[in-house]
Amino acid sequence: MKLADLVKELSLEVKTCKDGLQRDVDSGYVSDLLSDVLANSAKDNIWITLQTHINIVAVASVKGLAGIIIVASRQPQEDTLKKAKVEKIPIMTTTKSAFEVAGKIYQLLK
Amino acid sequence: MLNTNSIPLDKLIVEGIFPLVGGNFAKAGEASIHLKQKLTELGLNEDIVRRAAIVTFEAEMNVIIYAVAGWLHYYVTPRQIKIIVQDMGHGIENIELALQEGYSTAPPWVKEMGWGSGMGLPNMKRTSDEFKIDSVVGEGTTVEMIIYLNNVKAQNK
Ligand SMILES: Nc1ncnc2c1ncn2[C@@H]1O[C@H](COP(=O)(O)OP(=O)(O)OP(=O)(O)O)[C@@H](O)[C@H]1O
Ligand SMILES: [Mg+2]
Repeated sequence: MKLADLVKELSLEVKTCKDGLQRDVDSGYVSDLLSDVLANSAKDNIWITLQTHINIVAVASVKGLAGIIIVASRQPQEDTLKKAKVEKIPIMTTTKSAFEVAGKIYQLLK
Repeated sequence: MLNTNSIPLDKLIVEGIFPLVGGNFAKAGEASIHLKQKLTELGLNEDIVRRAAIVTFEAEMNVIIYAVAGWLHYYVTPRQIKIIVQDMGHGIENIELALQEGYSTAPPWVKEMGWGSGMGLPNMKRTSDEFKIDSVVGEGTTVEMIIYLNNVKAQNK
């Protein structure tokens, strides 16, 4: 499924890389522990987290993740957004909880 | 893909060094992104590049969290990528303990950022083909990791 379709289906707010939404998402990973994401997420995963600080961008970049969804109305910090633009990592936000977001995406990708 | 047929297996193809500054979370990941770019330019297999970047990121992060300063050194030959991360920090008293999954001395504010789950060293060990750690209390820590370029073991990781 294209990232753009996920954005539409879940009404996500796109914060960076609006032109990077043609990427394919094949699965997802939910975690707020960065070493866990480094170890256990896979390329082209959509990452669901409540972390908002700058290090999430490098983690997503190194792992080749499709994008980051920040949940529960949390907002990414300014330097996070700046770095995400440089590294071309789509960041999206939502008011929904990680549970809801993961559940919906799981259904959509099934 | 790197044409390795005619080059001696131990001939150095690329080497580099990248400085690391303790406490500089804003720059965390830059050493591994730098290495990822260099290895990608060489045309190396995507999974191998990703594994090299993951272990470098974990080692880099430990320097940023626990040390004053350090360096990443990398050496690429047709046989392997060697990654050495060396720091001037307080060192590790009990390496066996530090290598245990879940063991962490990270302060609460680092844990809030999602680091400090005690997964870094186990990740490095699992993701590399060879892993060595050496530490002297009060002086610093050196982690050396090797990833094979043409190896069945590597491909199964
Ligand atoms: N370079 C280092 N200098 C000093 N101590 C270190 C260094 N690297 C690791 N340690 C010690 O070993 C422990 C375990 O390290 P490890 O990378 O496995 O986990 P962590 O850094 O605590 O958490 P995570 O890697 O999951 O973010 C650390 O909490 C720290 O006490
Ligand atoms: Mg660590």
